[in-house]
Amino acid sequence: MTEHTKPVSRYTTAARINHWITAVSLILLALSGMALFHPSLYFLTYLFGGGQITRAIHPWIGVVLGISFLGLFIRFFALNFWNRDDTIWMKNLGAVINNKEEGLPELGKYNAGQKLVFWGQSILILLLLGSGFVLWDTYFASYTTIDQKRWSAVIHALCAIGAILIWIVHVYAAIWVKGTLRAMTQGSVTGGWAWKHHRKWFRQEVGKP
Amino acid sequence: MSVLQALDLRRRSASSVPPLPAGKPAAVAVAKLIDVSKCIGCKACQTACLEWNQLDQPIGYTDGSYDNPTDLTTASWTVMRFTEYEHGDDLEWLIRKDGCMHCDDPGCLKACPAPGAIVQYTNGIVDFISDNCIGCGYCVKGCPFNIPRISQTTSKAYKCTLCSDRVVVGQAPACAKACPTQAIYFGTKEEMIAHAGKRIVDLKSRGYQNAGLYNPAGVNGTHVMYVLQHADKPSLYAGLPDDPHISPLVGIWKGVMKPLSLAAIAFAGAFGFLHYVTKGPNTVTEHDEEKAAELAGTDRAGSDKA
Ligand code: HEM
Ligand code: SF4
Ligand code: SF4
Repeated sequence: MTEHTKPVSRYTTAARINHWITAVSLILLALSGMALFHPSLYFLTYLFGGGQITRAIHPWIGVVLGISFLGLFIRFFALNFWNRDDTIWMKNLGAVINNKEEGLPELGKYNAGQKLVFWGQSILILLLLGSGFVLWDTYFASYTTIDQKRWSAVIHALCAIGAILIWIVHVYAAIWVKGTLRAMTQGSVTGGWAWKHHRKWFRQEVGKP
Repeated sequence: MSVLQALDLRRRSASSVPPLPAGKPAAVAVAKLIDVSKCIGCKACQTACLEWNQLDQPIGYTDGSYDNPTDLTTASWTVMRFTEYEHGDDLEWLIRKDGCMHCDDPGCLKACPAPGAIVQYTNGIVDFISDNCIGCGYCVKGCPFNIPRISQTTSKAYKCTLCSDRVVVGQAPACAKACPTQAIYFGTKEEMIAHAGKRIVDLKSRGYQNAGLYNPAGVNGTHVMYVLQHADKPSLYAGLPDDPHISPLVGIWKGVMKPLSLAAIAFAGAFGFLHYVTKGPNTVTEHDEEKAAELAGTDRAGSDKA
C-alpha cells in the first residue's frame, strides 16, 4: 500500500518518551506486584533479584509512574473530554469490534475507547498511588492504622487488576488497529490512518475543517 | 533449620504442604496457658525471652506506666501490659503477658505472600522463617492481635516462636520455665484446657464469677491461652480482642480475589486473541490513503513511489 500524503504528526518526541517511561514502569509494576499478589506468580520475583528486592523496588517504580503519568495527564486531558459523538460511538461498539466503523461520526484525536482508557487509568493510578503509600511500610507504616492498611491492600489489588485489564485492552487495540503503533515509535501516522480513524482531527491537521 | 526437619508442617505460607507419610502420626497439639490471676508482673518471662532468643532490646522511654518497653518490638516478642481496672470501690491490677497467640487459624500465615516465610507445625506452633521473609508487612495486616513487627534494619518480620526450638527437644518455652509464680504452664492443649478448668473453679469460688478461659473460637482457638478473672470482658486486659477473627477484608483479599483476578486477566487475553483470529486486524486501505490525499489536497503518491 502506498502513502499518498506526508506522514501526519501525532506525538512529539517528548510525549513519546513520556509515554514509554510510563509504559515500562507500568509493566514493571504489574510484574513485581503480581509476584506478591498470587503465590503461583511468586517466581516473577526472580526477574527483580528476589523477594526482598521486589518488595523494596515496587513502590519506587510506582513513584516514577506517578510522576510520569502526571506528565501524560497534563498533555492529554484537554483532548479527552467526552462529547455527544463519543456516546454514539459507544452505542455502536459492536460495529467497531466487527471492523465496520464506516458509518460512525467523524472523530477528533481520540475515540471514546481511548478516552475511557485515559480516564480509567487516571483514576486507577491515583488510587494505586494513594493505597500504595499506605502499604509502603518501610517509610509510612506509622501513619495509618492496621485496618486502613487492610482496606488499602484490597483497594490496591483491585485497582491493579483493573489497570492491568485496561492495559491489555489498550495494547491489544494498538495491535489490532494496524498503523497505530508507529504513533508511539515514530510519532506519526499515515494520512489514510488519520482519515479512517480520526477524520475530524485529520481535517484540523491539514487545515481543511 | 533443624527445627524444620524435626517438626512436621501443617501449613506453609503461599504454598501447600504434602500430607504426612503414611503411618506417621501428627504431633499432639501443644499450648501455653497464661494464668493472668497468678501473674505478679515481675517480667522474668520477658527477660527469659530476650536471653533465650539472644535478643537485645535497646533502652527506650517510659510512658509513665509499668509497660516496658511500651509495645512489642522486633526484639521484645512479649511485653507485660498493665491495666488499672476500677470498679466500685475496688481497684484491680490486670497484668497480661502480650505476644503471639499462635492462632490455630493464623491470619499472618494466610496473608503472607512469600512461600514458606510463615509455617505452622502439626503441633500448632506458628513460626516465622526469616530466610524466606521479604519484609512486606502483610502478616501485620493478617494478624487479628497486632503482633508481628518488621525490623527497619533487616526488613524481616519477628514475633514469639513459642520457643519452637525448645519444644522440639521436649523443653517448655523459656518464659514458662522462668516464671516464679508458675503463672505460665506449657503442655498439650488438652491438658492445658483441663488445667484451666480447675483454675477457673478456684477463681469462681473466690468471687470471680466471670472467670474463664480465653481460647477464641473466631481463630479456631489459640495455642496460647489465658485464664482471665473477667473472661466476659477480655478487652479490659489492655485491649485483648473480645471476639478476634481474621478481618473479612483479608478474607476477600486472600480469598476470592486471587482466582477471580487471574481469571479476568486470562479472559481478557483470550478475548483479544480470539477477536484477532476471528475478526482480523483493522487495516487502512489504499482507498483510505487516496481519500486522505484528496482531503489534504496533496497527492504525492507518485513522488513517494521511488
Ligand atoms: C503508583 C504508585 C504505586 C505505589 C506507591 C505502590 C506501592 C505498593 C506497595 C507498597 C505494595 C506492597 C508490596 C511492596 O512493598 O512492594 C504494593 C503491592 C502491589 N502493587 Fe503497587 N504500587 C503502586 C502502583 C502499582 C501499579 C500501577 C500496579 C499495577 C499495574 C501495582 C500492582 C501491585 C500489586 C498487584 C501488588 C500486590 C498486591 C497484593 O499482594 O495483593 N502497583 N504496591
Ligand atoms: S513480612 Fe515476611 S512474614 Fe510477614 S507477610 Fe511479608 S514475607 Fe510474610
Ligand atoms: S497472633 Fe497474629 S502473629 Fe500470632 S499466630 Fe495469630 S495471626 Fe499469627
